[in-house]
Amino acid sequence: MAALRSSSRLFASARPLFRPAAFARSYATVESSAQDPNPSDQPRIKKFQVYRWNPDKPAEKPQMQTYSLDLNKTGPMMLDALIRIKNEMDPTLTFRRSCREGICGSCAMNIDGTNTLACLCRIPTDTTKESRIYPLPHMYVVKDLVPDLTQFYKQYKSIKPYLQRDTPTEDGLEYRQSPEERKKLDGLYECILCACCSTSCPSYWWNSEEYLGPAILLQSYRWLADSRDERTAERKAALDNSMSVYRCHTILNCTRTCPKGLNPALAIAEIKKMMAAH
Amino acid sequence: MLSQKVAQQSLRRLAVQQPYAMRWAAMNAASPATIAMGRNVQTRFTASTSNTQDPTKILAQQRLNRPVSPHLSIYKPQITWIGSSIHRITGLVMSGPLYLFATAYLASPLLGWHLESASMAAAFGALPLAAKVLLKTVAALPFTYHCMNGVRHLLWDLCIGITNQQVIKSGWTVVGLSTISALSLALLY
Repeated sequence: MAALRSSSRLFASARPLFRPAAFARSYATVESSAQDPNPSDQPRIKKFQVYRWNPDKPAEKPQMQTYSLDLNKTGPMMLDALIRIKNEMDPTLTFRRSCREGICGSCAMNIDGTNTLACLCRIPTDTTKESRIYPLPHMYVVKDLVPDLTQFYKQYKSIKPYLQRDTPTEDGLEYRQSPEERKKLDGLYECILCACCSTSCPSYWWNSEEYLGPAILLQSYRWLADSRDERTAERKAALDNSMSVYRCHTILNCTRTCPKGLNPALAIAEIKKMMAAH
Repeated sequence: MLSQKVAQQSLRRLAVQQPYAMRWAAMNAASPATIAMGRNVQTRFTASTSNTQDPTKILAQQRLNRPVSPHLSIYKPQITWIGSSIHRITGLVMSGPLYLFATAYLASPLLGWHLESASMAAAFGALPLAAKVLLKTVAALPFTYHCMNGVRHLLWDLCIGITNQQVIKSGWTVVGLSTISALSLALLY
């Protein structure tokens, strides 16, 4: 780790030698000198209320902190606003982000009341209303917008999210599927485990110790529906109790909030159907 | 044999080129004899402290203090979860009074209460019209909403109508239909 860090620092310091500074990547801030479509525009100041809590001062209660940004100088997405706040106004603001294009699931948070990925969420252009940004609901907060996802990942591990198969194929080559069998996995494999759906589910809020929650159940169904997997009966038996699946009361917040447009509620309904059939 | 030779040669070369390193090796290498005599004292040239604190302790301490992020109070009201909570509340509103009334009905002969149908109907008939309509609406609305939303739940269990558009549409349909039917039930003479 130390070696990696020092090498990356070396690389960063060496960068200006290879790249002119003008090409340095800055996606959070639109430079005022850069071509502005409407340079004569009035500044569009929007207020952002952000949930803050610092673990170094545990006695202090979580608070909302207000930041004002000019939307003309900010990128279009909520993540751009957050990065700009961190870069230019308050470096102590803490949040997870990585890919900035909705594929890593790091920047999942509650924005204006619904869970979504900050990188896929446009900033509402209505500057009269302030935007409120919270961490994912009913999770333990590590700091500011960073929730503790330990339990979520443990639950994911518990469903054995990998192909379980003992018999080799006749020709010893790869396990093949028909196009129809493969089609069953569409809408399931795209899940990035951002935890937006699970933390939007009131059942998961109250029962996250035992109830698996929509994201994990979608993954569970992804392996139940896989024609190559040979442990379907075992997987079903593991779910066959009152808590793992049946705390789902078809509230359907999960499907409503999924930033990838997937349907965890349908996957859970399919699991319930499979369980009823066996 | 060959490997022994190579090892000897490299040791010799080390002794010639770096006498300090050789001395260090001699001091540290515990020979079988010294181990047998219990005199294999190792020397370290860098100071080190034993880590007495459990490294996971800091994490455990932080976890005790972590707040739970806000949930019900900040989540945007949507037909999905508001409708679901109304479904549960209407279920309670219907079943709770049923149990209460049934128990009271059982106990009424002992307590001298008059909860027979005839006396209940007479008491209700004595109320003013507005109170009658209001009471009947209060009784009818949970019934109609819970029934119609229950049909939605049955369809969902068959994997029918679980897309965002269908859920929003059917949700508001149930709200509208249950209100209309509850009012028409209440206005029935």
